[in-house]
Amino acid sequence: MTRYVGRRLVETVPVVFGVLLVVFVIAHLTPGDPVLIALGEHATPEAVEQLRAELQLDDPLPVAFLKYLSHVLRGDLGRSIQNNERVTVELATRFPATIELSLAAMLIASVVGILTGVLAAVRQNSWFDGLSMFVALFGFSMPIFWLGIMLILLFAALLGWFPISGRLDYTVEIVRITNLHILDAMVTRNWTALGNALHHLVLPAITLSTVPLAIVARMTRSSLLEVLRQDYVRTARAKGLRDSRVVTRHALTNASIPVITVIGLNVGSLLSGAILTETIFAWPGVGRLVVDAIFARDYPIVQGTVFVIALVFVAVNLLVDVSYAYLDPRIRYG
Amino acid sequence: MHHRFGRIVLPVLVIAGLLVAPVLTSGAPRTSWDAKACGRVGGTLVFGQAQDAVTLDPADATDGFSVNNTSNAFDTLVRFAANGTQVEPGLAESWKVSSDELVWTFKLRRGVRFHDGTPLDAKAVEFSFQRQLDKKHPYHHGVFEYAEFTLESVKSIEAVGADSVRFTLKASNAPFLAMLAMFSNAVSSPAAIRKYGKDYFKHPTGTGPFKFVEWVQKDHVTYEANKDYWAGRPCVDRLIIRGIPDNTVRLLEMEKGGIQIMDQTNPPDYARIRRNKDLVLFTGPGLNVGYLAMNVEKEPFNDVRVRRAVNHSVNKPVLVRAFYEGIGQPAKNPMPPTIWGYNDEVKAYEYNPEKAKQLLAEAGYPNGITTELWWPNRARPYLTQPQKIAEALQQQLAKGGIRAKLVTFEWGTYLSKARNGEHPMAILGWTGDNGDPDNFLYVLLDADNAKKGTASNIAFYKSGALHDLLIRAQRTSDQARRTALYRQAQEVIHNDAPWVPLVHAGRVAAYRKQVQNFFPHPLDIRWFYRVWIEK
Repeated sequence: MTRYVGRRLVETVPVVFGVLLVVFVIAHLTPGDPVLIALGEHATPEAVEQLRAELQLDDPLPVAFLKYLSHVLRGDLGRSIQNNERVTVELATRFPATIELSLAAMLIASVVGILTGVLAAVRQNSWFDGLSMFVALFGFSMPIFWLGIMLILLFAALLGWFPISGRLDYTVEIVRITNLHILDAMVTRNWTALGNALHHLVLPAITLSTVPLAIVARMTRSSLLEVLRQDYVRTARAKGLRDSRVVTRHALTNASIPVITVIGLNVGSLLSGAILTETIFAWPGVGRLVVDAIFARDYPIVQGTVFVIALVFVAVNLLVDVSYAYLDPRIRYG
Repeated sequence: MHHRFGRIVLPVLVIAGLLVAPVLTSGAPRTSWDAKACGRVGGTLVFGQAQDAVTLDPADATDGFSVNNTSNAFDTLVRFAANGTQVEPGLAESWKVSSDELVWTFKLRRGVRFHDGTPLDAKAVEFSFQRQLDKKHPYHHGVFEYAEFTLESVKSIEAVGADSVRFTLKASNAPFLAMLAMFSNAVSSPAAIRKYGKDYFKHPTGTGPFKFVEWVQKDHVTYEANKDYWAGRPCVDRLIIRGIPDNTVRLLEMEKGGIQIMDQTNPPDYARIRRNKDLVLFTGPGLNVGYLAMNVEKEPFNDVRVRRAVNHSVNKPVLVRAFYEGIGQPAKNPMPPTIWGYNDEVKAYEYNPEKAKQLLAEAGYPNGITTELWWPNRARPYLTQPQKIAEALQQQLAKGGIRAKLVTFEWGTYLSKARNGEHPMAILGWTGDNGDPDNFLYVLLDADNAKKGTASNIAFYKSGALHDLLIRAQRTSDQARRTALYRQAQEVIHNDAPWVPLVHAGRVAAYRKQVQNFFPHPLDIRWFYRVWIEK
């Protein structure tokens, strides 16, 4: 197992390098100029030329890439063109917001999705099965921004149960250690902040969870149905095991492999969904950071963020593969 | 991502005219600033804009969201009046100009301190400007885009004694004083800049009415009242400026009272705000122009008859009614009537598709022309609903025999291509920086600014006669002479018709009824110094 993990880690190096190269080239070849965009209609010809030189934007692309790479290897992702902030600092403050939101969404999607899927499979063709799968299809097809606004209108504006937007009330004090508000609040035993952070998290997390929830529910159902038809399940039933035990102990474990794959793959869709969710709920996460940076051609931010997102993908995929081995002893890696 | 803020002029003499214009308001709108003392002292004011600040260093800011922040925490040597773009004393209580208009000496207000307690003196002012201008300055940390533009004419800046600062110009430059009043020339504390170095943008330290407390990036900035402010303390105790990107969510927050003032309302939401007894919709004339530029270097737009045909094909009042909810006015000149020097005698090309066809035939196009109309895929203050406006223009032009295919690109790409002259016809616009006609006519239509790749004159219109008028107007500070020159310039432009001036969009702001003494400045910068909140 250790060897397997080690080999997979080494394999990620060319992937990460490739990502760096592709993002760098795409970012720099996109028409538009950070100076021009910053000044918009107001850029004078002299200003654009002079500032380009100052930002060293006139280096040939290979030279610029090598310079960038050498900085990255030293752990320096550069500074934002827009405001001089270190990319690492920017990521350290923003990523936790997105992680908090994505984890909450993933938690909802996994728990509710698997439960729904199991119930639907066990009671195949019942009214619950039909309804839940219809709702899942609906959830999958619904535009996130629309759902977000509807949730805000109903639960925040009309009923007043939840705050409309933001991650924490500006009146609430919090010590920022990891920038994961929930964790920070628990560590410092700041229950007011914890309550406030959770309160703010509910609606965006539900919004973000809909698509993966629908996928997880449908995948669990179909995967479980397939397993339930297999011989060993019949054997388990034949030897007199209770139905619930057959499902949870024998069937679900084997049915969970594709489900876990789907959950892993959905980390990607969560990050892209997070961009919309973050915009609607004014959530200060990495999705908005990268979108804003792309529009402003803030190359260091775009490159740094995509780099870190790629690392997250690689890590999650690794985790998924490792969990296969754990769940299914037959899977052996050489 | 950047919303360019509108910068709008409102000279006193036109206020009378504006009262006659259809200015739609409800509730208890303020039509002019009333700088009486606060009706109530205390409370927290929360302002919600479409984006959080990008930087809190005024000298390095380029976007309106940042400027709405820095303008409340910093002062400039001279500043714009609360209700217009007349320049009045700020940190400098008086100034003298040499007879050749090259040397400007500013006398600083005494006893002013930065928020970190250090004194504002001549050396501090010199430092604050030098770090922008001198690329070898040890604290030249930033791009300082606006320094290139506002301080272009400055040769040197030096402290004279403890309380005077001398600016020497390369050539006399009439708009210089207005440039000094712009946000980027705010004075920062040298001690704070030395202390924070490259991180100064997160620790802004000025002399303004509000003191910086905390910035949670992409979320909000918190300020507290500067109780020692030289012009008297601000009315509220705390100011919060939040970024809420979604227009609908921002409005919901205001309806719920989570924020008290909001920016950038969707035109379709105006009616909803007017119906709400708790809210006020402010509308006033804008300081901008939206236009359609024809690339005069390309056929068939090198022929003035074709350009006039395009002008005769556009029905502007229809556009203003349909896409600006009537808040705005059709344009006939490249600069808005809110600026001095506006030539109201210019007679707009009347809407007449038949005449357009006839002109096209005379120019050798009896069957009309086929071309492209480029439009920017991003809402701007002067272009509220870009796609709908472009589609409407396409239909109008077709009636005049101009068949235009619609073309668009993402904003950054669009600007870049338009400046490179790749378009036959392109929609763009401008919001004024400082209320000087030069800021519209010279920037947008002079031959100096028509260089491919970097052009701000995207009609690539190069008129020797116009250039001569505009340069003469720059070189004199005699307002009457300048007015005459600019009026003439507008005639020249009208006759050559490189543009279809489309619209001067109105400015809009929405706030809760408890907010008092709030006047959305014509420059579209939000100042909260004298705003107070009713219990």
